[in-house]
Amino acid sequence: MSPFTPRWRHFKDRAATVSVTAGGAGVLVAILLIFFYLLYEVLPLFGNASIEKRSEVASPFASAPLYLAVEEQTEMGFAVFADARGSFFQLDSGRVVLEADLATDLGPVSAVAEESAGKRLLAVAHTSGAVSVHAHEYRLSYPGGERLITPRVERLYPELAIRIGEGPLQKLALGDNDDALLVVAQDAAGALHAQRYNRSENFLTGEVNFDLEILPLPTLAGETADFHIDENLHWLYHIDSKGGFAVINLRQRDGTGKLEVASRGELFSGGGQLSESAMLLGGISLLAASDRAELVQYFMVRDGEGGHRLQRVREFDTDGVSIATLLPEHRRKGFVALGRQGEVQIYHTTSHRRLLSESALPLGAGAAAISPRADALLLVDADGSLRSWHIDNEHPDVSWSALWSEVWYESYDEPAHVWQSSASDNDFEPKYSFAPLAFGTLKAAFYTMMIAAPLAICGAIYTAYFMAPALRRKVKPVIELMEALPTVILGFLAGLWLAPLIEDKLTAVVTLMLALPVGVILFAFLWSRLPLAIRARLPDGWHAAVLVPVVLFIGYASFASNDVLELWFFAGDMRGWITTELGISFDQRNALVVGIAMGMAVIPTIFSIAEDAIFSVPKHLSYGSLALGATPWQTLVGVVIPTASPGIFSGLMIGLGRAVGETMIVLMATGNTPIMDANIFEGMRTLSANIAVEVPEAEVDSTHYRVLFLAAFVLFMFTFMVNTVAELVRQRLRIKYGSL
Amino acid sequence: MNRMINEQELHSDRAPGVGKWLRGGDPLIWLNGAAVSVSVIAVVGLLLLLAVRGLSHFWPADVLAVSVSYQGQTRELLGEVVEQVEVPGAQLREAGFELQGPGPFYQRTLMKQGNRDFLGTDFTWLIDEQFGPRRYPLDVLVVERLEWGNFYGYLRAVSRFGEDPVTVAEHGEAATLEAMQALIVDTVAVREEIHEIEQGEIGAINYELERLRLRERGLELEGRLDAAAQADLASKRAEQEASFRALQEQLYTLYDSIKDHSYSAELADGRVVTLPIAKVVRAYQPNAMNVFAKMAMYVERLWEFLSEPPREANTEGGVFPAMFGTVLMVILMSIIVTPFGVVAAVYLREYASQGFVTRTIRVAVNNLAGVPSIVYGVFGLGFFVYFVGGELDQLFFPASLPRPTFGTPGLMWASLTLALLTLPVVIVATEEGLARIPSTVREGSLALGATRAETLWRVVLPMASPAMMTGLILAVARAAGEVAPLMLVGVVKLAPTLPLDGNYPYLHLDQKFMHLGFHIYDVGFQSPNVEAARPLVYATALLLVLIIALLNLAAVSLRNRLRERYKSLEH
Repeated sequence: MSPFTPRWRHFKDRAATVSVTAGGAGVLVAILLIFFYLLYEVLPLFGNASIEKRSEVASPFASAPLYLAVEEQTEMGFAVFADARGSFFQLDSGRVVLEADLATDLGPVSAVAEESAGKRLLAVAHTSGAVSVHAHEYRLSYPGGERLITPRVERLYPELAIRIGEGPLQKLALGDNDDALLVVAQDAAGALHAQRYNRSENFLTGEVNFDLEILPLPTLAGETADFHIDENLHWLYHIDSKGGFAVINLRQRDGTGKLEVASRGELFSGGGQLSESAMLLGGISLLAASDRAELVQYFMVRDGEGGHRLQRVREFDTDGVSIATLLPEHRRKGFVALGRQGEVQIYHTTSHRRLLSESALPLGAGAAAISPRADALLLVDADGSLRSWHIDNEHPDVSWSALWSEVWYESYDEPAHVWQSSASDNDFEPKYSFAPLAFGTLKAAFYTMMIAAPLAICGAIYTAYFMAPALRRKVKPVIELMEALPTVILGFLAGLWLAPLIEDKLTAVVTLMLALPVGVILFAFLWSRLPLAIRARLPDGWHAAVLVPVVLFIGYASFASNDVLELWFFAGDMRGWITTELGISFDQRNALVVGIAMGMAVIPTIFSIAEDAIFSVPKHLSYGSLALGATPWQTLVGVVIPTASPGIFSGLMIGLGRAVGETMIVLMATGNTPIMDANIFEGMRTLSANIAVEVPEAEVDSTHYRVLFLAAFVLFMFTFMVNTVAELVRQRLRIKYGSL
Repeated sequence: MNRMINEQELHSDRAPGVGKWLRGGDPLIWLNGAAVSVSVIAVVGLLLLLAVRGLSHFWPADVLAVSVSYQGQTRELLGEVVEQVEVPGAQLREAGFELQGPGPFYQRTLMKQGNRDFLGTDFTWLIDEQFGPRRYPLDVLVVERLEWGNFYGYLRAVSRFGEDPVTVAEHGEAATLEAMQALIVDTVAVREEIHEIEQGEIGAINYELERLRLRERGLELEGRLDAAAQADLASKRAEQEASFRALQEQLYTLYDSIKDHSYSAELADGRVVTLPIAKVVRAYQPNAMNVFAKMAMYVERLWEFLSEPPREANTEGGVFPAMFGTVLMVILMSIIVTPFGVVAAVYLREYASQGFVTRTIRVAVNNLAGVPSIVYGVFGLGFFVYFVGGELDQLFFPASLPRPTFGTPGLMWASLTLALLTLPVVIVATEEGLARIPSTVREGSLALGATRAETLWRVVLPMASPAMMTGLILAVARAAGEVAPLMLVGVVKLAPTLPLDGNYPYLHLDQKFMHLGFHIYDVGFQSPNVEAARPLVYATALLLVLIIALLNLAAVSLRNRLRERYKSLEH
């Protein structure tokens, strides 16, 4: 640099270098950010759970509770004792806030049962044989900006004066829904009793009446170890101490007037004895653990012969831990298992994951509970301590295998790929399977390429190799103009104009696809028969222009003959014919419509790249071939296309990438139902359309939200990789041309 | 393959045999040619379809009067013919229709009968064989209304303030219609005044009140809300509220002044109904209009489409806010994307060392252009809206929390997301332009003693400006038509106000906005009355295509002018 350069020029130069470097690098980092941000949102899905000690204080209670619960904010716990008293206490200090009376007038308690996970409804069996039903509730208020929780216990159905069998009950189960209240209990002698109180509501007064019905249970072999009722009060699951089960249909009586046994069998393949069983959230799945460390999930499925059977759905790897307690979560299809030696394990059923396995936590014998949000575990030991742990388990419901392989969902008769992300019901089992979405994406891309690839490549070959330069200069921009056409317009035309048109004139569309190539060849043949004087008037490379009226005529003829042909071949209704004769269902917005519309969007991409590749094949190659006597077609097939094939391939790849990621066309031109069916006359739901539909409604940072981010990440990676392959191929092609 | 066919043989008068002709590859060349023809026909046909359907919507169509008899019952109908199709009789019979005619095919007509408030539906499908003679009575009146869609009927009377009506029977057709038009002109003027007050002045007062509330909350959060501040705020608030009450008085008077004007008309079935003039947009008698009158009406309706906000759940009226939103968003995006894209390209080409890493980055940037736009939308929603927006709210707008200011989709995030989406396009185009500048030019500049920065600023960048414009053109073309990401980061079906108005800070980056592309999707697919909205969607689509073409053309001409200026440098 010149010594006369003033210092500020130096300074400006330095400043420019620094700012451009910083700015440029910043922009590139920002681009990279997309990748890392998506990853950052997705990764928590695959993380495991963790548990840490929260508090340990001396238990304020003299004995171990029969029942234990934690409220939503994990501030307060609730314990029920044998003297028919309940206590609400502070979790961290152990201070008792409120003593509650759980029908002390009916005598001490022999057994307690929870209606279902998360319902805060209790059945308490008293030694007198009477059963009382209670609900514990928590009201939140914010006096002076501070949160205040006011607990209370309410006795329900006192007017029923439920009483089962004679003397103290060993065990009981409670079911409560809109139709009836059901109590099943085992008396001191070991016999089972079931009483159902059928609900009927007076429409005028709104008064509810209960009719008692004593259910005639069949005699069951074996000693009763445990029993459960399902949510709909349809099944009674009975498990004996040897691990055998019997499912009693509470709605069906057999010939002898007793209730029918719908299914029998052995719970455990390893032959162990039952150590613990529980119903999962929603009351459909039965979880059972054996003393030989087996942990299984069962639910009822239709057996195909009009009956039902209790089906082993999945087993969990307990890592040799023998499970003593099962605590189902209140909001998700997961559960916490406590082992005999103080192990804590957390599982999720749908995703079939074990999220945590901690051993040697100082767990003693006593009562345990988890909080409704499954973020706290509470233990009250017989030895007089009250301990709580904090659980961090945000996204147990997704696993790589559940995303891609078949999962046996509750109430399904067989494992299936299902995408169903939300429902109004709290007990709903979210079904996050990417398989139908990925299938839909590929289906849309496949039909798109079926239409776009031949048109674009043939068009590119003709434009680059045969077309007159004057015509080429006009045609190329016209086709590339389509690239600037917003896809929302293509989608809207596809959905509102093309789809009804195809439905109405299906025969014409099929005719057109067959007649077009045949008609063009026929025209070409006739043309070749014309005298040279006429043919010579057409300059070389104007075939396409001559063909425009021909194509228009064939199109017009196909549509004009639609009704007649349809009447001849399909009795006037091709759509009906397809459905009845071929057994294919027909949606108005189907894959054919998507293929055509998205083809329009993809054609310019493929055309442009392929045309460039063919056009830039060095001219001396084709001249050499022609000079050796090959026809133009032979030169094309033998010389030009092989040389340009990497470029054509790269165009196809980029077109495919575009078809895979396109959103608006698919959103508007299909029914967006996540099905797995390759039928051209049915719709699909693609990953991209699914994101567009569901992201605005997904709760931020919920599992659903992150799964949608994962879908975006999958799309990102797929298109990025496809494009990279295309780009590398193109670069190699450039080097090859350079050397020729 | 060694069989020789020379030019003579190909073009000889004596045609080759069929087999030879097939083997020569000629049919395949024709087929390839057909692919081009089909593609071109598809593109041109698509644009024609949009143009024809979009532009025909504004033409005041003649109104058909016809009596329809079916199963011994006859009813009178009045409406515009929208569509006619041939349907096989089998299909109709299956649907439960009784047919008289012999043919296998029947003509069906879709009629827009309007009068949704009296007939329930605006559109009805009819079978032509049930038609009596078709008539086009000259005195059919079409009334475009603010509510309930179009009205079709025969004008009977018009009344100002509900008193001494001008009736057709007494004063004649022309005088009555004239009286009605005069009343419509009056009410439209009053309605405009009302709109001015409601949107302009009351809008400004509401905005001011909201700002006062935020200031109060802000002071409260900072702990500086003392008595003086409170008194000050209260007096300001009282001031605004006083002017609000005054305006409201004015509004009541205005509303009162038009609410009693009415017109009576006879429906096709003979019912006579009386309707308020206050809800009328315009009234005309299409069957009595000549071509020039219709052309004038056409222009008027086209102008309404371009300059008015939508009404009736977006199925009627105009698309001005959507057009405005689209253009504003594209302009903001261009302002963001151009400097960043150019800096990145300059860095990659002029400053970074050209090694493996730079090459990899170049490929990666190139590929990002092919990443689906919905992915950018998801990123924009997660990163910009929830993460950055949420942080901004915590830092700068704690007063309005928990209602988010920037932590919700809006204009700024939409522009930023699209800027990110189009960044690769600008980078790639600019880089290509930089690569084309011969190194001798740079070396010459450096040899004359210029610093690197001076060379860049005075020599390289001006020469590369056409390439930058190309990049921007491509970016704009892509951004204007992109809808999927916008659905996540800021577009709404109906925005009450424009994002640019007279209230400080004038440009409301946090507001949601309307967009032509989303308007098409929303009206075409989410509208309760798709049939009524369809012509409008075609018109909107055409408008969007035209805007994109216009933006492109503007940028192309700009590029050409720049090229012209630096032509001497390139040689």
